Amino acid sequence: MPLLDVQNLKTYFFTLRGSVKAVDDISFQVEKGEALGLAGESGCGKTTAALSILKILPKGGSILGGQILFKDKDIVKLDENEMRKKIRWKGISIVFQGAMNALNPVYKVGDQIVEAILAHEPNAKKNEAEERTAKLLELVGIGSSRANNYPHEFSGGMRQRALIAMSVACNPDLLIADEPGTALDVIVQAQVLKMMKELKSRLNLAMILITHDLSIIAETCEKCAIMYAGKIVENGDIVSIFKDPLHPYTQGLIQAFPSIKTAKTEMTSIPGFPPDLLYPPSGCRFHPRCPYVMDVCKKEEPNPIEVATGHYVECHLVGKR
Amino acid sequence: MKEPLVEVEDLKKWFPVKGGLFSTIFSRKQLFVRAVDGISFKIMKGEVFGLAGESGSGKTTTGRLILRLIEPTSGKLCLEGKNIATLSEKELKKMRRRMQIIFQDPYESLNPRMTISDILEEPLSVQGISSPAERKNKVSRALEDVELIPAEEFLHRFPHELSGGQRQRVAVARALILEPGFIVADEPVSMLDVSTRAEVLTLMLDLVKKFNISLLYITHDLALARHMCDRLAIMYLGKIMEFASVEKIVHEHLHPYTKALISAVPVPDPTSERIEVVVKGEIPSPINPPSGCRFHTRCPEYLGDICRTKEPQLIEIKPEHYVACHIYTK
Repeated sequence: MPLLDVQNLKTYFFTLRGSVKAVDDISFQVEKGEALGLAGESGCGKTTAALSILKILPKGGSILGGQILFKDKDIVKLDENEMRKKIRWKGISIVFQGAMNALNPVYKVGDQIVEAILAHEPNAKKNEAEERTAKLLELVGIGSSRANNYPHEFSGGMRQRALIAMSVACNPDLLIADEPGTALDVIVQAQVLKMMKELKSRLNLAMILITHDLSIIAETCEKCAIMYAGKIVENGDIVSIFKDPLHPYTQGLIQAFPSIKTAKTEMTSIPGFPPDLLYPPSGCRFHPRCPYVMDVCKKEEPNPIEVATGHYVECHLVGKR
Repeated sequence: MKEPLVEVEDLKKWFPVKGGLFSTIFSRKQLFVRAVDGISFKIMKGEVFGLAGESGSGKTTTGRLILRLIEPTSGKLCLEGKNIATLSEKELKKMRRRMQIIFQDPYESLNPRMTISDILEEPLSVQGISSPAERKNKVSRALEDVELIPAEEFLHRFPHELSGGQRQRVAVARALILEPGFIVADEPVSMLDVSTRAEVLTLMLDLVKKFNISLLYITHDLALARHMCDRLAIMYLGKIMEFASVEKIVHEHLHPYTKALISAVPVPDPTSERIEVVVKGEIPSPINPPSGCRFHTRCPEYLGDICRTKEPQLIEIKPEHYVACHIYTK
């Protein structure tokens, strides 16, 4: 039984111009203690998918269908009160994009973590929460004495660490990290990613890592789902995704990332640009940019096909094999 | 490749730190952010020269200094043998035909109220080049050069009607339209989607070769720098730590900082070795940079007092391979 089982999730945004199909029928699973990378270009719906899991969609967005089974319970059916009491922070927590600005500048970092603990565990005592905060900060590699500092006294990397410490404050089973590496320099990014990997194995955390950078996923995750225009086009363990990508979009995306370790390779890109999700293309959403487009691609939406255990692809090319 | 087009010698830019009223009156010492602190290099004709480093290392400031978009504190800056650091405004305007820049964010560097044809024509009219009819020709040709074809379809559009990749192509066309000898590209693809990055970079490389332009490519992404550049300089806190041909930097790097930087680049291959982080902490403040070697506070190969007290010089350790580190001068 997977820890998180998302099935046929649909999240649309309603605007004056029509409905934006930001997440359209996606399914994926995350096991306990496992990291899933959710990759795709900007606007492909990866952040919306994460916000749907926590039911914290911005105005206008709503979940129209599907199930989100967390520990076998469907979160979609829970009301706001139950979400707050049972799921958020204690079950699933999130580290938002842009760690630089996520902390409140006028409160001490330690106090902000204490506040999070007290708000979600009404029985906890303040001094207990303070002790836990000190331990949490040490866990992410910040000296506990720094709890009395204000966010501006922290560097970018430390702020990101403090937020990660805060996110695991109430012992969640699943941590969602939205672009944890962007906005950080390479060396600091490597430090933070390493710390997250250690945290994951120490706390037996499941993680969903949202990023546009495939190399970060290769570095930290066990499984990877590639999103394009609101759909998951390919999903599997990272070795098969990186070594044997079957969807033309995955292939294109991987070729767009040069590696510094191997011999210099030709860098190619995918012609065209992602579609407007108000009016997504008919059939396979990737067909206007696909180098192998066939007639069937324009008419019929491809269904997910399991090519090997746990490796799913949505492409008519694969269906024909 | 033999002739240098751009020569930079001991270039410095110190930004004064503005204090509050109290500190302005009572503080004796004026503080400076030493964004660029004495760097020298040459860019050859037709060469792609890369500047890489973490944020705050001074690479963007260097790019702007070379075009004199900001005034250098001291140092010599030569383009085609002329020292631009001392030119008057009028002479400088003439020189601007020869040097252009492509900015990072094509969503902000193009005026949203101007059509593409106006955007591309403006440099020509500012410089007073050719008749209006000829300018239209040039604009169309520039659009074709950057593969925005058919040109007529783009002429009357506004920037918001184009995708990020197309906008950055317009920015490339705007830089090319004056037929410059030297272009600075400041993180030209960091705002673009990954799937369109490659085509913009490949296009830039093709154009640089076609028109024999020298390019200063500024980036924090070493994997992309390797793809683009002939030679690469690694900057840290306003200083060049190492510079050599890009393959030497990637495979035979000598400076501990370069080593740390290269090993921290994530590799898009799950079966390759994982990153090992040897360097602790983050880049210190450029207001009070560490004494001696600026990297000594984080250096995993710290030698002792010499690193703390004496600043290493950039020395040619191997042919065409310059390093500023005491390990190699002892």
